[in-house]
Amino acid sequence: MKLTKDQVRLGRDKVKHVAKLANLPLTPEEEEKYSEQLSKILDYIDQLNSVDTKGVEPTFNVSGLSNVMRKDESLASLTQEEALQNPSQKQEGFFVTKRVIGEENG
Amino acid sequence: MKYEPVIGLEVHVELNTKSKMFCRCSADYFGKEPNTHTCPVCLGLPGALPYINEQAINDCIKIGLALGCTISEKSLFERKNYFYPDLPKGYQISQYRWPLCVGGKITLDSGEVIRINRAHQEEDTGKLTHKDGVTLIDFNRSGVPLVEIVTEPDFTNVEQIRDYAKKLQQLFRYLGVSNADMERGDMRLEANISVRPVGQKELPPYRVELKNINSFRFMVAAVEYEIKRQITAIEKGEKLSQETRGWDEDKKCTYLQRSKEEAHDYRYFPEPDLPELILEHKKIQQIKNSLPELPWIKSGRYKKELNIRVEDAVRVTESIGMSQFFENAVEHGKDHGINPQDIVNYIINKKPDIETVLPTQIIEEIKGKAIGVVGDVGELKKLAKQAIKDNPKAVEDYKKGKEAALQVLIGAIMRLSAGKAEVGKVKQILAKLLLEKDGDQYA
Ligand SMILES: [Zn+2]
Repeated sequence: MKLTKDQVRLGRDKVKHVAKLANLPLTPEEEEKYSEQLSKILDYIDQLNSVDTKGVEPTFNVSGLSNVMRKDESLASLTQEEALQNPSQKQEGFFVTKRVIGEENG
Repeated sequence: MKYEPVIGLEVHVELNTKSKMFCRCSADYFGKEPNTHTCPVCLGLPGALPYINEQAINDCIKIGLALGCTISEKSLFERKNYFYPDLPKGYQISQYRWPLCVGGKITLDSGEVIRINRAHQEEDTGKLTHKDGVTLIDFNRSGVPLVEIVTEPDFTNVEQIRDYAKKLQQLFRYLGVSNADMERGDMRLEANISVRPVGQKELPPYRVELKNINSFRFMVAAVEYEIKRQITAIEKGEKLSQETRGWDEDKKCTYLQRSKEEAHDYRYFPEPDLPELILEHKKIQQIKNSLPELPWIKSGRYKKELNIRVEDAVRVTESIGMSQFFENAVEHGKDHGINPQDIVNYIINKKPDIETVLPTQIIEEIKGKAIGVVGDVGELKKLAKQAIKDNPKAVEDYKKGKEAALQVLIGAIMRLSAGKAEVGKVKQILAKLLLEKDGDQYA
């Protein structure tokens, strides 16, 4: 079922923005498709809003645990060869990617 | 109209724990072969799960307590999402709405107070090197524990920034939580700057972030430049906008890195792989009790108890080592009627190497001066030669390796000088003379 304009919760601009943040290249057709699909997902999730959660603390973790910590001890790491098994490009012990400049450390 | 800058600082400090924040890889990555300190966790491989390093949490709490922060009863990690090659998971585990430490302050030498908004725990990113049209990535630093300390926008000039950074660095070293070496990147600074008319209370509607500036000197230059740039722009009637700027050292100016339109949208949400931290009063109290006397408390105490000038008290509390040296000297000085101010003066003027000189030695020297000691090298050399001539047995023993024989010679010189020879110099002169092989030279 095709959504009317009013029903589209997540417009193409937002889809583009999210795709850019995730560094995903989308074609115009894909933008259109995801806009519809994601809007439907949002509507589906919206059903949860019909539940009255007043006074209920949000749950961020289902384990019910707290303060799970370890001692500060270091163990052997992977070797350089092991660490570099997966990348398509490597060079002198480094992972290699296309040149990026600018916005490091968030 | 006159304008004043409004500046807030963010300081990142790398902790000197043995292992990383969320895995057991060694955190001692500096200068090591690339990608030799990694594992599935800090490489962000699918299915790997983080495991909190308790020491890092304790260190963050120490920093918070020292800055007068309140330690949160409940603290959570969150994911800060952004896409960049230095971040293998696609997010940094950080803290946002539930930081470990909130609301402290630090008092500058000028007496001005800088309010601390928060100190929270996070992890460092990998290191990028740009070379020949590509970017090389080393993940040894990925996941090293990092504490971020954020101030309120309380700075109005560069001197305050300098003093603040120095005080934090000193604090990290006192607490033993980091080497805080800026050159090595253990401690990094970011500044948020805007300007407003003097007298205006509200914050300006924009702020410029100075980022990725990897030297303290450049940061100071960038801040000074940015203050001028913004005032000039406002006077010309231009509208300033929210943006991130870097520093171009060749051109000595700041340049636009990112404008508001592309501002980051980090989509923070609680890290589902890490259970919450519940910080009990007892644990916080234990950490509090373990803190050393802080530098600014120590210098205040010296001023009051030892009656020395405040600027001198600051000098002898620069490091824990220096303050221990000073305290030992003061203790020893008591027995010899040497007052603390004399000791301070000596330390400031002569700058003794506290690694090799003993506190008792400087007391001897200060005392010596007071009673007209012989410190003239020519005079002492003469006495030393005489002592060597008079004590051939001691000379021979010394040359055979009996260090104690030197005391015999020193004793002889003291007798010759009626106890007035300067011991430190006598030792040096003797050692030098005894090194010379030919006995005739003693004559
Ligand atoms: Zn690791």
